[in-house]
Amino acid sequence: MDFATILQLLDSTVRSATPLLLACLAGLYSERSGIFDIGLEGKMLISAFFSASVAAFTGNVWIGLLAGIAASMVFAALHGLASITFRGNQLISGVAINFLAAGMTVVLGDSWFQLGGRTPQLVGDGRFRDITLPFAEAIADVPLVGPIYSDLISGHSILVYMAFFFVPLTWWVLYRTRFGLRLRAVGENPAAVDTAGISVVRARYSAVLICGVLTGIAGAYLATSLAAGFNKDMSAGRGFIALAALIFAKWRPWYALYASLLFGLLDAVGARYQNIAIGEFVIPVQFMQALPYILTVVILAGFVGKAIPPRAGGEPYVKER
Amino acid sequence: MTLMKTFLGAAAAMALSAGAALAQDPAIIFDLGGKFDRSFNEAAWRGAEQWSEETGNSYREIELQSDAQREQAMRRLAEAGSNPIVMAGFSQASALEVVAPDYPDTTFVIIDGVVDAPNVRSVVFREEQGSYLVGMLAAMASETGTVGFVGGMDIPLISRFGCGYAQGARAVDPDIEIIQNMTGTTPAAWNDPVRGGELTRGQISQGADVVFAAAGGTGLGVLQTAADEGILGIGVDSNQNHLHPGSVLTSMLKRVDVAVYDAFSTPVEEIETGLHFFGLEEDGVGYALDENNADLITEEMQARVAEARDAIISGEIEVHNYSDDGACPVM
Repeated sequence: MDFATILQLLDSTVRSATPLLLACLAGLYSERSGIFDIGLEGKMLISAFFSASVAAFTGNVWIGLLAGIAASMVFAALHGLASITFRGNQLISGVAINFLAAGMTVVLGDSWFQLGGRTPQLVGDGRFRDITLPFAEAIADVPLVGPIYSDLISGHSILVYMAFFFVPLTWWVLYRTRFGLRLRAVGENPAAVDTAGISVVRARYSAVLICGVLTGIAGAYLATSLAAGFNKDMSAGRGFIALAALIFAKWRPWYALYASLLFGLLDAVGARYQNIAIGEFVIPVQFMQALPYILTVVILAGFVGKAIPPRAGGEPYVKER
Repeated sequence: MTLMKTFLGAAAAMALSAGAALAQDPAIIFDLGGKFDRSFNEAAWRGAEQWSEETGNSYREIELQSDAQREQAMRRLAEAGSNPIVMAGFSQASALEVVAPDYPDTTFVIIDGVVDAPNVRSVVFREEQGSYLVGMLAAMASETGTVGFVGGMDIPLISRFGCGYAQGARAVDPDIEIIQNMTGTTPAAWNDPVRGGELTRGQISQGADVVFAAAGGTGLGVLQTAADEGILGIGVDSNQNHLHPGSVLTSMLKRVDVAVYDAFSTPVEEIETGLHFFGLEEDGVGYALDENNADLITEEMQARVAEARDAIISGEIEVHNYSDDGACPVM
């Protein structure tokens, strides 16, 4: 395996990890505030659909992105309504959102475009193009640093850079701002936060809505950058992998980055090396493709140390009278 | 007891009247990819539409949404009196095996699958022959000496495409490098354009400059990435040349529309049941040539492919069928 191959693998890793990272950070906000969210998948899907449809209608991908975020936020608000205001079961609400998104996208898509649930192919400004960072061409010939900068770091869609920027931003918001402190507190001990005169409901709603924004970007990245249009069920389980990554990361932003990159790397390796021969023994392609899921099971079985969720997670907050 | 009788009587009466009212309308069941997948199912739909336009008659259709609906859909159409009933897709075979004996007076046509029953016509395409031709074109168009193949779900049917493609490419250039990837092992692999695009990028980085996608909806992602990265893609089943004019070398045509049209337009009692092969000889498979790819395929390429086509039909070239022994001699 030479240097260029490693770079290509890592390049592919970045692309595969980006939707996971965005969804993982989205889940992080929501779960840190005490609202479990297994509806990440559905929110990504609805955003993928709306961003692709609106981009197809208007020919402008930025309007598409906004539409995707808006759609995802509406679903997030639904989840918030069910689990914060009406104190419903958060898992059931999340499952409902996944089903709603899977069904609604196909039904709406079929009636709008008559393409069997797909949206038309996006062309020109209807898609996010890969951007070349400054000096990428100029230093491409510099040994080691050149290829890393021009092949690996440069040449991704703007959304990829946004996703990576969200990691330090999330860390800063969670650990260095008053809002972050309150957000973490409502996930651990909402009664104490309430006693301090801060609204639990408001903190949780803001977390859930931020979650909606991030899953919205993740979905738009799938449909308008990686692919050129929406396809039935195109999120393909990435929302659930992101949940696993979140647990793996123990609900912390930097670890969320590492976990997403790990899952992205496994995905990239599975796509690139389908049959790995080690001497006489050949690892079959099925195993390589199952690797992310096997890893998920291993992680969830608790092999990576104790992952303690936010203490008030999954519990609707009822004010004491 | 009397209540039971009333119900049975009512049910029987309804079945009879339904049968009488809708006598002999043909029907078609589309597979999970959906009617407008730009590929296999869409080809089947075109055949049905062509028949409908020419005769002015209508047909009934069901688009399956899940595996569990297969048997139910077949029974519903059969009981409503539709005849013949065309089933598009290999995954319908196991359900049809159960249903066919229950409706001996209805003729079923299954495309891509084989069901051994006296009232079933099984239409099987010689994908390996058509893929052989596009494999030759790919090898002739490739400048890097590396060509790629992206399959959908990892099943023998798709390996048949891949193996024919590899044989065709090797026939032109024995040293050509062939990269084969499958998208996945579940039906979700038909609908994952993002992964298709990622696989294509991987193949491009390994040097491929022509990539053949036999992957339903996933293939759209493959063709998109090929167009984005400035290499050539090859479409499948339907003519997909128009998706990215100038970037799709050709499409491996599988004339599912002809199979459906034939089934609909032949009087029901004359439909020949049993196993039927649609190969090059029957014009059941082939490659697409239109104004979108006219500049990509030179006359020399056409001539060589035409020669190979004749040789396959006459039996001079034997294209190995992956399904015969589950192995590919050239890979």
